[in-house]
Amino acid sequence: MALYMRKSTTILRHVKSKMAFMASLQRGSRSSSTPHFDRNALCQPNFRNLSNIHRFESTIAQNHLSSVCADENQVLDFPGGSVKFTPEMRFISESPLERTSCFRVLDDNGQPILGGSFEQVSMETAVKMYDNMVTLQTMDTIFFEAQRQGRISFYLTTNGEEAINIASAAALSMEDLIFPQYREPGVLLWRGFTFQEFANQCFSNKYDNGKGRQMPIHYGSKQLNYVTIASTVASQLPHAVGAAYSLKMEKKDACAVTYFGDGGSSEGDFHAALNFAAVMEAPVIFICRNNGWAISTPTSDQFRSDGVVVRGQAYGVRSIRVDGNDALAVYNAVKAARQMAISEQRPVLIEALTYRVGHHSTSDDSTKYRPANEIESWRLARDPVGRFRKWIERNGWWNCEADTQLRNNARKQLLQAIQLAEKEEKPPLAEIFSDVYDVPPSNLGEQETWLRETVKKHPQDYPSDVSL
Amino acid sequence: MATLLQGLGVASAFSASPSLDSKKLQLRSLSGRKAGIYVVRSDASLNLHTGAPKAGRLITNAVVAKGDSSAASTSSKPGHELLLFEALREGLEEEMERDPTVCVMGEDVGHYGGSYKVTKDLANKFGDLRVLDTPIAENSFTGMGIGAAMTGLRTVVEGMNMGFLLLAFDQISNNCGMLHYTSGGQFKIPIVIRGPGGVGRQLGAEHSQRLESYFQSIPGIQMVACSTPYNAKGLMKAAIRSKNPVILFEHVLLYNLKERIPDEEYVLSLEESEMVRPGEHVTILTYSRMRYHVMHAAKTLVNKGYDPEVIDIRSLKPFDLHTIGNSIKKTHRVLIVEECMRTGGIGASLTAAINENFHDYLDAPVVCLSSQDVPTPYAGPLEEWTVVQPAQIVTAVEKLCQ
Repeated sequence: MALYMRKSTTILRHVKSKMAFMASLQRGSRSSSTPHFDRNALCQPNFRNLSNIHRFESTIAQNHLSSVCADENQVLDFPGGSVKFTPEMRFISESPLERTSCFRVLDDNGQPILGGSFEQVSMETAVKMYDNMVTLQTMDTIFFEAQRQGRISFYLTTNGEEAINIASAAALSMEDLIFPQYREPGVLLWRGFTFQEFANQCFSNKYDNGKGRQMPIHYGSKQLNYVTIASTVASQLPHAVGAAYSLKMEKKDACAVTYFGDGGSSEGDFHAALNFAAVMEAPVIFICRNNGWAISTPTSDQFRSDGVVVRGQAYGVRSIRVDGNDALAVYNAVKAARQMAISEQRPVLIEALTYRVGHHSTSDDSTKYRPANEIESWRLARDPVGRFRKWIERNGWWNCEADTQLRNNARKQLLQAIQLAEKEEKPPLAEIFSDVYDVPPSNLGEQETWLRETVKKHPQDYPSDVSL
Repeated sequence: MATLLQGLGVASAFSASPSLDSKKLQLRSLSGRKAGIYVVRSDASLNLHTGAPKAGRLITNAVVAKGDSSAASTSSKPGHELLLFEALREGLEEEMERDPTVCVMGEDVGHYGGSYKVTKDLANKFGDLRVLDTPIAENSFTGMGIGAAMTGLRTVVEGMNMGFLLLAFDQISNNCGMLHYTSGGQFKIPIVIRGPGGVGRQLGAEHSQRLESYFQSIPGIQMVACSTPYNAKGLMKAAIRSKNPVILFEHVLLYNLKERIPDEEYVLSLEESEMVRPGEHVTILTYSRMRYHVMHAAKTLVNKGYDPEVIDIRSLKPFDLHTIGNSIKKTHRVLIVEECMRTGGIGASLTAAINENFHDYLDAPVVCLSSQDVPTPYAGPLEEWTVVQPAQIVTAVEKLCQ
C-alpha cells in the first residue's frame, strides 16, 4: 500500500517538474489541443493542467506521452507470472517509511489497551500461564545458582522471555511438534516435564531421557512432542519444515512449531526453511525471539532489515510482529497462527520482540558489552511476568499470598529435585555405545569390550560411581 | 543391524556366505542352471565360471556394458535385463509401493525425473508430495529429510551430485548421525541419502568428489556403495528398510551398466561384501567403479598365471571384516584398489583395520592403490592418470606376489 502511494506522489512530482519545464519553453504559440490529452485524462488526471501550456514545435513528445499513457495499463509476461511495467526507474527503498508495528494487548502496567482485539483467556488458563511463568523464573534462578556453585557445568536462562515460552506453549496443542533452539524450556514445562526430569538432564544422570549424552539444557521428550535440542544454531528450522511436510502428508490436525533467535535468523537454514515452507505450503509456525542480542552481537550488527518480520513477505510467508513481553498478545498471535497454518496449510512467521535480560549463558558476562543500567531497566520495568501478574490481579484471579506461596513451593521442589538428581548414578558404560545405531555393530562391540577390560584393569583411574 | 533378507530361489553368489571356502561353495541354484560360481565380468554380463578361465576379449573401456550378449540372451534366461539406474528406480518404486511413508526429495527429482533418471515417472505415479522437488538448498532439504524422518516418514534424499552434499555436511554430521544418540534413542532417523559421486568423464574437480572419505568418520551413519544393477536394487531396498541413516554411494559412470536381475523380490544386507571372483593368490579389495578396473586387470592376471580373489566390499561403514578376514587368512596378501584420495580415504581406514586385526596373517604389507591427493583435472589424459588403471593393478599384484 505504502509503495503504491509513493508511486503516485512521484508521478505528481514528475509531472510538476515537467510542467515547469514546459512553461519555461513557451514561445507564444497557441495552447495544445486539449482533447488529445483529455482522452487520457482518467489515467493521468494531472495532465489536464498542461492544456494551459503552449505546444512544443515537435509533436513527437506529445505522441510519446500518449502512447506511454496507454501502455501504463499493460503487463509483461515473464516466467513466474505477469508484471506491470513502468518506464520510471524506481528503486525499492532499503527500509520502509515506517517500521512494521508491533501487536500488543496489555500496556506496560498490565492494562488492556482500548480498541485491542484479543481473545479472552479463561481464569484457569491465565492462572496456569502465570504459574508456569513464575515457575520458569524460579527454575532459572535456582539452576543458574547451581551452576555458579559448580554443581552443574552449564546453564542457559530464559530471563525476560518467559511470556514467549509459556504463552506460545499455551496456545498450542499437545500434538504440535516443537523444534526448539535452546531458550524454550518453558514450553516443556507447560507440557508437563517435571522438575526432576529437568534436573536429571542437567546432571546427566541415568534417569535422563537423553541418557547423559548431551550438555545441560538440551532437553528432549518424544512423549511431549519436543524434539531434543541440538547445539547447532537454526538447524532445527529445516527439521520443522520436514516435520510439517510429514504432518501435511498425513493430514493431521497439528502443526510444527520452531523457535529461534535474531541471531539464528542469519543462518542459511533460516532462509531455505522459510522458502521451502512457503513453496511446499507446509503447516509450520516460525517463532523468532528477537531479544536484541546474539551473545555480544546486537541486532544492528546482525541484520539491517526491519527486524525479522519483514523477511516473511520476501519468502511469501504471512508474518506478524508481536510484543514478546505481553503474554496475552503472544497467546493470541500464536493461536491465530496455528489456525491459519493448519486450516490454510501455510507457514506463518511470528517475530516476538523482547529483551534478553540474563546473560547469553553461564559462560557469558553480558555487562562486558552492554550497559548494566539497560539490563536493569528491562528487568524491573519491562518484566513480562510482573506485567501479566498485574492483569490477573486486577481481574481478581491472583493475590500476594498466592504469589509468595507459589514461589516458595517452586523453590523448595526445585532444590529437592536438584539434590536428588545430584545423588543419582550416572548412566552405565553400556550407554556410550548404545543408540549410535539401532543395534550395535561389531566394531562398537569390540570397542566396548576393550573399554570394559581397561576399566577393570585400572579401576583407580576411573570413577567408581559409574556402573559398568 | 538390518538382517539379511533374500528372496527364495536366488543364487547367493553376490553376497558372501559366512564360511567362505572356494572349494565348497554352497549355492542355491537358479532353476535350469548348473550350480557354479557366478562371475560378474567387467562387461557386466553374467557368465558361468566353471573353473577354467575363459579368455575374454580385452575391453578398453572397463565401465559401460557394450551390450554384447544381450541380443542372444533375452527370453531364455529367467529374470529381466535392465540398466543400473533402472534397477535403482525399481528398488525405489517397489519400496514406495510397499510402504506409503517412503518419499523422495531432491532437486529435479519430480517431473524432470531426476538428473540421472533414477526417479523417472515416480512423480506421476505417487504424486508431487511423495516425490518432492526442492529448491537449491542442500543443507536445508537434507535437514527437512531428517525432520520428516524423525516424524515418521522414510525419506530418500537425492543429492544431484554427491559433491553437493558437502553443503549438507552440518545436517548429516550434527543431526542425522547424532540425534538418535543424543536424544537417548527417542527419535529415530531412518533416512537414505544417495547420489552419484566419483570421477566421471571430464566433469571437473567440483563434480568428481569422493565423499565417502569425508563421511566415513561420522558416527551413527552407515555407508554402502553399489556397483552392479543387482546390488544397486538390493542395497537401495535394504537402505530404505533400515532404521539407521544410510548413505548410498552411486557412481556417475556406472548408471548405464546392464545386467539381468531376478524377477523375485530380494533385499541385500547392508553390512556384507560381495565375492566377485574367488582366488588363492591375493585378495583384492575394491568397491564401486574400481571393481571393473580390477576385473579388467584380473583377466590379464589370470593370463599371466595369477589367481586373484576379488571382493567388492560394498559396505564402507562398517567394513565386513568377516569376509575380508577369511579371505586374508587364505591368501595372505592384500591389495586395496580405490578411487578415493590417498590421504584419509576408505583405503586408508581399511588398511588400518586390516593391519590391526589380521596382521599375523599377512605375508606382505597391505598395498593400497588410490588416487593422488589432487583435485581431479579436467583434461582427459590428466583425469585418466588420477584414477587407478588396470595396468597399475596388474603391476601391483605382480610385485605383491613376488
